[in-house]
Amino acid sequence: MSNKHEKLEKNVGLFFIFTILAISIGGLVEITPLFFQKATTTPVDNLRPYTALEMEGRDIYIREGCNVCHSQMIRPFRAETERYGHYSVAGESVWEHPFLWGSKRTGPDLARVGGRYSDDWHLAHLLDPRSVVPESNMPSFKWLAENTLDGELTAKKLETFNFLTRNRSHKDEQGNAIPLYSDTEIAGAKRAVKGKTEMDALIAYLQSLGHALK
Amino acid sequence: MSSFWTIWVSVLTLGTLVGCYLLLRMCLKNFAGVPEGEPTGHTYDGIDELNNPPPKWWSNFFIFTIVWGFGYIAVYGLGGWNGLSGWQSSNQGILNLAESEQKSAFAKEHGLLVQYDREVAAADAKYGPIFEAYAKQSIEALAADKDALKVGQRLFLQNCSQCHGSDARGTTGFPNLTDNDWLYGGEPEAIKASIMHGRKANGMMAWSAALGGEQGVKEVAAFVLSLSGRDVDVQAAAAGKAKFAMCAACHGSEGKGSDAMGIALGAPNLTDNIWLYGASQRAVETSIANGRAGVMPAWDKILGEQKVHVISAYVYSLSQK
Repeated sequence: MSNKHEKLEKNVGLFFIFTILAISIGGLVEITPLFFQKATTTPVDNLRPYTALEMEGRDIYIREGCNVCHSQMIRPFRAETERYGHYSVAGESVWEHPFLWGSKRTGPDLARVGGRYSDDWHLAHLLDPRSVVPESNMPSFKWLAENTLDGELTAKKLETFNFLTRNRSHKDEQGNAIPLYSDTEIAGAKRAVKGKTEMDALIAYLQSLGHALK
Repeated sequence: MSSFWTIWVSVLTLGTLVGCYLLLRMCLKNFAGVPEGEPTGHTYDGIDELNNPPPKWWSNFFIFTIVWGFGYIAVYGLGGWNGLSGWQSSNQGILNLAESEQKSAFAKEHGLLVQYDREVAAADAKYGPIFEAYAKQSIEALAADKDALKVGQRLFLQNCSQCHGSDARGTTGFPNLTDNDWLYGGEPEAIKASIMHGRKANGMMAWSAALGGEQGVKEVAAFVLSLSGRDVDVQAAAAGKAKFAMCAACHGSEGKGSDAMGIALGAPNLTDNIWLYGASQRAVETSIANGRAGVMPAWDKILGEQKVHVISAYVYSLSQK
């Protein structure tokens, strides 16, 4: 029996390594180069960091799993851009950790929902979606209006984002890196969100979406 | 894409394709030590395993996919090379909207194959003249054009119905557009201005403290309701009338609203029994105590003037029956 397959098929460790090699090729070709392309790592001109309140809202968006039903990724098809606006570009997401592009649209895309509706509408819609959109199957998120933020962790969240974006290329005249959030912003983070409801934060976040390319 | 990454992508991709072919060739060789079709000597539960090669259709199909892969690369490119077709899904590396337009214009001028741009150009060629023709007509004229109204209604359902309802009758906090009661004017141009640039109510402030708390709010609410002929506590309404002077700055001394005075404050007419935030005594009290501030977003940048023009005609037509 001189079957060369046997070496691989009867050796789990070796088979494991070859499997990893085989399935990693797609990622090495399609993903790895993007980390090093100027076109995908340069922020768009109007990109600004989230405010402290928007940052809290973003975490609520993640906690409630909004990204499970709502994408934030407008593809370059006319059918999408007619409805949602300019297609999403890489430079809008460079400070997103993790990105919330989503992969499923039970509800509409939210990449440019900011400014499309009034704050009052978002409030009415999150409390009872069917009060404004009768055919909606979105759940109600009533508790957001009852939960108040204490802001204990907000400063830490901003610091974490400073760490995650530490390699960005913004430099001052002396060549020192400018962090995403200044010390003043971090120091004022708690005050900026304390006493606000989770609803306020989520609406602030939603209204910020798409600000960078308008 | 720099030459390093183009090489990286090319080597991995082409290497994989060639590797797949070599692997297939190797696997098609007979390593079993017995001729094809003969028993290998493996017997399980009385079933013999024969040394059968993979089916011909399968191995041929595998080779076909590899050839297809090379063909695909030739057409669509690899790494920094855009292939023989020069295909791109969309313009890349856009940093602002102006740049997006520049890149589209550049692609058009140089005949580059940017699929999204082509798709939009084809649609513009088809629908552009229709909107162009509508834009030349007045909103009043469009409101009498059945086809234009159909277009307007579609756009309304897509963009406006989330707040104003699919029947345009609104809901609590979002105005009914069919009742000919207007916060910012119902003339065609006023409607268009509202849609184009949005409206931000100056905002009714919270009057609770200024009116001396709950009792004052109740009295003013009673008076306000009496303006549209509702049954109210007459004594409370009389007390409220004296306090209404504070409200007259925006709502007018007769309560007919800012629109009747010809100013765009967004203060509603209080005498027509149309209630944006609810008709009950309780709802009116809440509005007075806590204030209200409705916001209509601006649509000029989202939809463009031509589409807003058609929507304006549709909205205008709703109250012309």
